[in-house]
Amino acid sequence: MDKPKIALYWCASCGGCEEAVVDLAEKILDVVNLVDIVFWPVAMDYKIEDVEKLPDGSITASFINGGIRLSEHEHVVKLLRRKSKLVIAYGACSAWGGVPGLANLYSREEIMRYVYHEAPTVENPEKIRPELKTKVEEKITLELPEFLPRLLPLDLVVDVDYYIPGCPPTPDVTWKAIETLLSGNLPPKGSVLGALDKSLCYECPLNDTKPEKVLIKEVKRPHEVIADPSKCLLTQGLVCLGPVTRGGCGALCIKAAMPCTGCFGPLDEVIDYGGKAISYFASIVDYTSEEEIEKALGKILDPMGVFYRYSLPASRLRGKIMLVER
Amino acid sequence: MSQDFEPRIVVFACNWCSYAALDLAGTSRMKYPPNFLVIRVMCSGRVDPQFILEAFRRGADGVLVAGCHPGDCHYIEGNIKALRRMTLLKKVLKEFGIEEERFRLEWISASEADKFVRVANEMLEEIKRLGPLRIEEAYQHG
Amino acid sequence: MKEVVINPITRLEGHGKIVIVLDDAGNCVKGYLQIPELRGFEKFAVGRHAEDMPQITPRICGVCPTAHHMASTKTLDDLYKVEPPEPAKKIREMVYNIFMFEDHALHFYILAGPDFIVGPKAPKEERNVVGVIKKVGVEVGLRVIQTRKKLRKLIEMIAGKIVHPVFGLPGGISRPLTEEAVETAKKVSDEAVDFALFTYKVFKDVVLSNKEYVDLITSNAYTHQTYYMGLVDNKNRVNFYDGKIRIVSPRGVEYAKFDAHNYLEYIAEHVEPWTYIKFPYLRKIGWKGFIDGEDSGIMSVAPLARLNAADGMATPKAQEAYEEMYETLGGKPVHHTLANHWARVIEIIYAAERFRELAYDPDIASKNIRNLPTATPDVGIGVVEAPRGTLIHHYETDENGVIKKANLLVATQHNAARIALSIDKAARSLIRNGEINEGLLNMVEMAFRAYDPCHACGTHSLPGNMPLKIYIYNTEGQLLKTIDRT
Ligand code: SF4
Ligand code: SF4
Ligand code: SF4
Ligand code: FES
Repeated sequence: MDKPKIALYWCASCGGCEEAVVDLAEKILDVVNLVDIVFWPVAMDYKIEDVEKLPDGSITASFINGGIRLSEHEHVVKLLRRKSKLVIAYGACSAWGGVPGLANLYSREEIMRYVYHEAPTVENPEKIRPELKTKVEEKITLELPEFLPRLLPLDLVVDVDYYIPGCPPTPDVTWKAIETLLSGNLPPKGSVLGALDKSLCYECPLNDTKPEKVLIKEVKRPHEVIADPSKCLLTQGLVCLGPVTRGGCGALCIKAAMPCTGCFGPLDEVIDYGGKAISYFASIVDYTSEEEIEKALGKILDPMGVFYRYSLPASRLRGKIMLVER
Repeated sequence: MSQDFEPRIVVFACNWCSYAALDLAGTSRMKYPPNFLVIRVMCSGRVDPQFILEAFRRGADGVLVAGCHPGDCHYIEGNIKALRRMTLLKKVLKEFGIEEERFRLEWISASEADKFVRVANEMLEEIKRLGPLRIEEAYQHG
Repeated sequence: MKEVVINPITRLEGHGKIVIVLDDAGNCVKGYLQIPELRGFEKFAVGRHAEDMPQITPRICGVCPTAHHMASTKTLDDLYKVEPPEPAKKIREMVYNIFMFEDHALHFYILAGPDFIVGPKAPKEERNVVGVIKKVGVEVGLRVIQTRKKLRKLIEMIAGKIVHPVFGLPGGISRPLTEEAVETAKKVSDEAVDFALFTYKVFKDVVLSNKEYVDLITSNAYTHQTYYMGLVDNKNRVNFYDGKIRIVSPRGVEYAKFDAHNYLEYIAEHVEPWTYIKFPYLRKIGWKGFIDGEDSGIMSVAPLARLNAADGMATPKAQEAYEEMYETLGGKPVHHTLANHWARVIEIIYAAERFRELAYDPDIASKNIRNLPTATPDVGIGVVEAPRGTLIHHYETDENGVIKKANLLVATQHNAARIALSIDKAARSLIRNGEINEGLLNMVEMAFRAYDPCHACGTHSLPGNMPLKIYIYNTEGQLLKTIDRT
């Protein structure tokens, strides 16, 4: 029997997800023995044209990391969708937009204007900007892919079968996901692979120090405190998103005495990670009067960066609603 | 603004007080505009911020959460939880670009039909002035 | 007019493209390096809590997240005017050197190794990591993999995560080292120094003893006279973690030495319409186009530039190697792009030696790792040397530490103009009268790779060859020929 064919592709990625695959280290050889990699731009010499030549549905699974930010990404993921039986969103960016998804708080125009005109180092009196087509010599035109209006998670562009969470997914999670896929015993479509179906608190070494019902009087920003590494960070007033984040990373940040920022994303049934996080976190603020609640929560001046750090493009509202002519 | 814009406003009303107030408004023939889609919940503490985001997502131009006055919640602290959540949610809605007039949390007891009518009319007027949210179009907008 | 498009490295597919334009006589008139990649970090930093920036900015690059994490953390120290306690600084610097060592070593063996260890003229099937292992032995290959794994594990132990560390906070780090981490650091640092010296030996045995390679390094096609920039300590020695930015002219004379705070006086960025990347240059000299020489503001960064911009290395073995390189290549500065590989090995030695110094420093085990900030934040600027060159972060905040403005100057950007020069020059020397020499592909590839460009800030590629494709067009834009070296 033929080995399963696998493709890997990156969109608006930082490369960390690719690095995470390389961090499988020796195990990568096992993977290579079990599957045929037919497309992996980072590491192997196969071109888009080679993918185009494959029959539709002939790739067993495509692992795609990074959000969809350029027209080119859109083009390639649609191609891979056509050629693949399974499409897997690998990592936070692909699954929910990730950190670069915070760009959805600004319009394309605002981003371009700042980067190419306003940044303090830029000297650009003629207000030049990257263009889709630039005539550089008489007959020579250079082309760039379009910077799309918004960054989108993969499943808003193509149908996605499974998700592998994390920014990046840990080698452990990646390996477990691969095992699940190779077992032939496929979970229902839309499942999250490789991680836990319980919250991070469940696997957090500090969970024992967390009371049944957490209540806090003061919200602390990480730079304001020296956290006690042996005590639940949430009870110390830090916004630890462990209670609403899927477990599976092994509580990496917590072990470094830093609160969980939610890179493993939501648990099943949650339709808006940030909304859920807000719901949980606000409810533990131990005040009853409007003024006191306002004051305590007022410490969070950037609720988007705190609660939607990895998932703004996948939120119900996708990002800031730009002022349309109303 | 377009004169014939009729906003759609979703109301999450607590079963024990606010929903009763709405009923009362109806039976006592107080006039309140037909733009309100009322969803009955057992307690304002049951209203997850996700519901509100989903309402906007599905085309609501405004959302009102109505619960018992502090101290009167049948589940003791449900409305206080709602207060905490909605306080934080308001900040987030602002960042999403949703004007503050489009979302309100109000305490409306079973007897305060008049308060409901007043709040409803205010919201309606303010949202009419703002115009529709046009989420779908906003997505297309660079 | 002909157009030659090199859609270069598979790993950069969608993230980088080289276009060379030929005049009617078939001679190269201009080379373009197009970077189709924009995410807008500088803009969406606005509104964020400043203390989150050390976790947000590493998402620019998952290959050098530690560089962004550290630059950002240092920017926060500056923003809050808080000095970390001595032990915290040492721990940060140690982690930073482990990272530099690991990144450089990987580049040397996996990326550049095939060119030198296996040989630029070896068949392409052998010019990859497997070929490297054949040449140096399986044990060495395993040693590379295992060393990488140990170092990455150690960073994870201290910094929380290896891809996207979390431990940096203004005024220090989030927690002291565990006993296990302290012990592991000592042990691993001994191994690192051994490994670094071994690597130098490999480099000498395989590369330096071979005249052909040395000639290649010094050949004209790979030579550009540009300014060089890098961080130096108070004795003008290379430092990755801290110091002043020093720039030397193409003649090797100090052109400027300044505190990162003053970077705006010295560095400006030029915008071209055909790429998303911006081109930094020396502000006072000005942007003169893609030309080299003392009158052009083009500068370069990365290992060779760092060594050129400094007077020496702060550790003994690295210093020896430093002297040896300049002696062999005929003094400072060295303008040969390919000498970057040599410089990188010297830096591997330095990083390992510095790592060991710090691992054995009793301060590493100290619990005194944090000073809490008390000042009102306003402006912060921080700099480190990333593996690929000088990295500057600049934030402005309101009094609550919410970012109002951010500017990020990333290492690969500083080299963008010089890389364009390299492409241009390789094309000029190898394309004659419309004849496209197969060697062009190799030359361009090697020139390109010497900088270890990280345009998409992508991972290192595994194979030793970059599949290149050249499209040749005639004046009317018709495709005449394609050359595909795969
Ligand atoms: S999920 Fe994280 S590691 Fe992966 S590409 Fe996105 S930012 Fe990088
Ligand atoms: S809230 Fe955070 S620190 Fe506390 S138990 Fe959960 S994950 Fe651990
Ligand atoms: S602790 Fe939270 S933020 Fe950190 S790696 Fe785990 S899931 Fe991600
Ligand atoms: S029962 Fe009415 S708000 Fe809780």
